[in-house]
Amino acid sequence: MTAPETLDPLKTAEQWKLAGRDVALATVVETWGSAPRQAGSHLVIDGDGNFEGSVSGGCVEGAVITEALDVIQSGKAKMLDFGVADETAWRVGLSCGGRIKVYVERLV
Amino acid sequence: MRIDELTRLNEARAARKAVVVATDLADGSVRILPEGEAVEGTLGEEVAKVLRSGKAGAVELDGKSFFLNVYLPPPRIVVIGAVHITQALARLAPVAGYDLAIIDPRTAFATEERFEGVAIVADWPEDVLKQQPLDAYTALVAVTHDPKIDDFPLSAALKTGCFYVGALGSRKTHAKRVERLKQLGHDDSEIARIAAPIGLDIGAATPAEIALAILAQIVQSFRRRDLVTGR
Repeated sequence: MTAPETLDPLKTAEQWKLAGRDVALATVVETWGSAPRQAGSHLVIDGDGNFEGSVSGGCVEGAVITEALDVIQSGKAKMLDFGVADETAWRVGLSCGGRIKVYVERLV
Repeated sequence: MRIDELTRLNEARAARKAVVVATDLADGSVRILPEGEAVEGTLGEEVAKVLRSGKAGAVELDGKSFFLNVYLPPPRIVVIGAVHITQALARLAPVAGYDLAIIDPRTAFATEERFEGVAIVADWPEDVLKQQPLDAYTALVAVTHDPKIDDFPLSAALKTGCFYVGALGSRKTHAKRVERLKQLGHDDSEIARIAAPIGLDIGAATPAEIALAILAQIVQSFRRRDLVTGR
């Protein structure tokens, strides 16, 4: 009676990588104000843009996926900042008014 | 993170071990630190802190930035007694994200038919718990009100420090149970941890409502527990 394994992004990441796919792991490392997912939450992305998990309530996942594809290409980790103070707020802000920092790394 | 590090992390999680992952945010290097493994210096102190709080966060150590992520085992409910209440609890628990397993030596109760798709063992708790021991992330719910079946797991749950221990039974039944647990060497403060009468007081009348009251009480114990003392 456990949750389906596919709902566990870290297991998905392991399976994808072992199947030979390129994988990036995004992790919420800091939150301010009201943020939908707490620090430590994961979103896993493959080279084709498939994803599992979440770092917000669906507000910034699109932008994180785009950045993740870049991280997969370059192999260089990135720290992303989302929130109302950010100039990208109009495009990919957090409607809840909070702010989050997301670390994106390539699984090697 | 490397794939071998991720595999180690997933293995520790599957074994119901608490794990901290320390990521150096400057160079991306990772350390996988399962509970019980000694970690030197100031990092060790910070690791111990997040294991207690269960809250991930960034820390500065000797001018370097680390992100400490923490993975605690998912909460699990072990029910002693495959009774009517248990049938409802077995359906409610997964909705709330709790694993659930049932133990009852009475084969008439512990049937696949009554508990389709649920982890159920028709054997004595003392035998089953040897194979699948309780831990701090487990809630023990004893609902047979038969001392032969309930007493051993209740005592084991108190010794292990299960985050929740609940026992069904009237005040009279519980008073007798308290006496027996004292004879087994438990003191008053330990015995006071047992939720009895079981379940939040919501006026539950039917087996399903009692199951809901029990589950709500388990959630309350889990979310409000003090990870420092395990209480």
